[in-house]
Amino acid sequence: MTPHTPLRLHVPEPTGRPGCKTDFSYLSISPAGSVRKPPTDTAPADTADLATSLVRVLDDDGKAVGPWAPAIHPERLRRGLRAMMKTRLFDARMVLAQRQKKLSFYMQCLGEEAIAVAHSLALQDGDMCFPTYRQQGLLLARDDISMVEMMCQLMSNVRDPNKGRQLPVMYSYKRAGFFSISGNLATQVPQAVGWAMASAIKGDTKIASAWIGDGSTAESDFHTALTFAHVYRAPVIINVVNNQWAISSFQSIAGGEGTTFAQRGVGVGIASLRVDGNDFLAVYAASQWAAERARSNNGPTLIEWETYRAGPHSTSDDPSKYRPADDWQRFPLGDPIERLKQHLIAIGEWSEAQHEAAHKELEAEILAAQKEAESYGSLLDGRVPSAATIFDDVYKELPEHLRRQRQQMGV
Amino acid sequence: MSMIAALRSGLDVMMAKDDNVIVYGEDVGYFGGVFRVTEGLQAKYGKTRCFDAPISEAGIVGTAIGMAAYGLRPAVEIQFADYVYPAYDQIVSELARLRHRSAGDFFAPITIRMPCGGGIYGGQTHSQSPEAVFTHVSGLRTVMPSNPYDAKGLLIASMECDDPVIFLEPKRLYNGPFDGHHDKPVVPWSKHDMGRVSEGYYQVPLDKAAVFRPGKAVTVLAYGTMVWVAEAAARESGIDAEIIDLRSLWPLDLDAIVTSVQKTGRCVVVHEATRTSGFGAELVALVQEHCFYQLEAPIERVTGWDTPYPHAQEWAYFPGPARVAEALKRTVEA
Repeated sequence: MTPHTPLRLHVPEPTGRPGCKTDFSYLSISPAGSVRKPPTDTAPADTADLATSLVRVLDDDGKAVGPWAPAIHPERLRRGLRAMMKTRLFDARMVLAQRQKKLSFYMQCLGEEAIAVAHSLALQDGDMCFPTYRQQGLLLARDDISMVEMMCQLMSNVRDPNKGRQLPVMYSYKRAGFFSISGNLATQVPQAVGWAMASAIKGDTKIASAWIGDGSTAESDFHTALTFAHVYRAPVIINVVNNQWAISSFQSIAGGEGTTFAQRGVGVGIASLRVDGNDFLAVYAASQWAAERARSNNGPTLIEWETYRAGPHSTSDDPSKYRPADDWQRFPLGDPIERLKQHLIAIGEWSEAQHEAAHKELEAEILAAQKEAESYGSLLDGRVPSAATIFDDVYKELPEHLRRQRQQMGV
Repeated sequence: MSMIAALRSGLDVMMAKDDNVIVYGEDVGYFGGVFRVTEGLQAKYGKTRCFDAPISEAGIVGTAIGMAAYGLRPAVEIQFADYVYPAYDQIVSELARLRHRSAGDFFAPITIRMPCGGGIYGGQTHSQSPEAVFTHVSGLRTVMPSNPYDAKGLLIASMECDDPVIFLEPKRLYNGPFDGHHDKPVVPWSKHDMGRVSEGYYQVPLDKAAVFRPGKAVTVLAYGTMVWVAEAAARESGIDAEIIDLRSLWPLDLDAIVTSVQKTGRCVVVHEATRTSGFGAELVALVQEHCFYQLEAPIERVTGWDTPYPHAQEWAYFPGPARVAEALKRTVEA
């Protein structure tokens, strides 16, 4: 007789399913201002405590407290708030447009606006982001990227810079340091590391910023990227946006149970931080710290951004089938827009009236952009780039077999 | 020069010519590669131009894509073609599609070198010929040389090409030509005309086949080691076969194929790779489409069997000159 009881397979479950309440105690949350801020040349092994605690700046009253509170001009904060509002309103408008069949598909970043927007403020021109499909804030935070052009991509119309070849939201903006988005998850992370290696090979001062969600950290490319970033001390920031959900899978099924994603970084010798992703000031400060570290040749940083995917995964998803409907209201880190707004009002740099005015202004701006984008066509009216153009850009020059196939298509 | 020396020379020429050329892979740096192709390059160009990589094919190709997006021209090595599969997602989903999906906003001019092919008692994972898994992918170029002169010229052309290139090197041909007669000693490239390779820069153009042996009776479409096997089969059977060395598998030189088959009216396709859905099927289809009215006989295929590559049964598996000669006879007698 064996002395052992039968083995049991452990399959993680979220505490909250439809009709229940999520127990968010699994999230270890440090009080605002309580986590130390090491020098940017700190040894990766010395960041172990930072990979389990949570860097936070804004307290419950909207005050910026502790060592991570950044010196940042209120004008920049207002710019950040505006960009977050713009991102949320843009998303809401495009979800509506998808429901009206003006676009085939959309993915919003509701609740995650602070991460991309504040991070982008910490980067410099020439740096390159390797985003996923949920970092539209990187583009919407910029003044030089037209919303009309983005909407044309979403509508796959004749002005779509991707020429109708990609699903909506798979933008590409080399000029804005925004790498072409791929549907294949995690592939961009080793690519970001390679871009950073190239910058180091050429003795440049530019850095790369890689993006990945909690679920995709299970892809082998994530592990590959961490290894290469560590081995070659690549000037890269590896951003893990932990929004708790990968479509219907809770982050525990990605390997988050009893551990953090930031701890993966420490394990492979990368300095790692775990940061409140809904705290605009914390996101800005941590991004700045990591960017400074990379730019000073001190190597890569992994940052786990703790946030919550407030909206459906995509317009093809119904979260009420796998999680509580009121989950976001109960998420302990709140809403990034509300928290920055509260802070700005608390320091006398913003008001409800200004907020309301900005909201109206942005709504009008987005509506006008949508009108203009629609004037260039959509899937609905068939004003899409010519079918003959699908043969372009497969190779640099059109090869003989594609020339023949284009002829065969008869266009 | 041996094919190894020719490839090394090609890398050397390109590294000297273009500061953006970066060479890396497993054991490629200090040690100079398990086949010596990169020997001396790190000492000459430094560790930031030629370096060792972790054992991660996806990492090697993935980082190369990022480097290329930055503006470099990486020529990376996968130690054996049999080990390229972990990088398949990066190659197919990313490398091949990047220019198209971004409408030219980004592209990745990368050359991925990988030793391929059997005939060396390499068993399952040191003998495969995976060309068909690349020729099927739109956006890739797949190239395979059969001799040192072409190896250097095609490698330089591949590295200068702005499209991604899968550069397959038949390791059986690294040190000398091999016609499938495993019982005979191998003659080194130094004793062969095609081993005469100049030190400097030259290109062998992509998309251009070579008539390896002119003939009138039947066209043989081959590449890599099989070019030499086909030549032995023609010589030994006395059949006046015209052997076309494709060199560029895809996109390929359709004109050269069609011109030859329309002249001979017969065609045998030869490759080491397994038969079903192998690259030969595409060649057969193209010949059928373009030369149907000139064909005097069914198009034959001599290929590896549809099995994993065996160890002890190497010569029963490898399509040697006897098997090719039988197909030539069947075709000319049909």
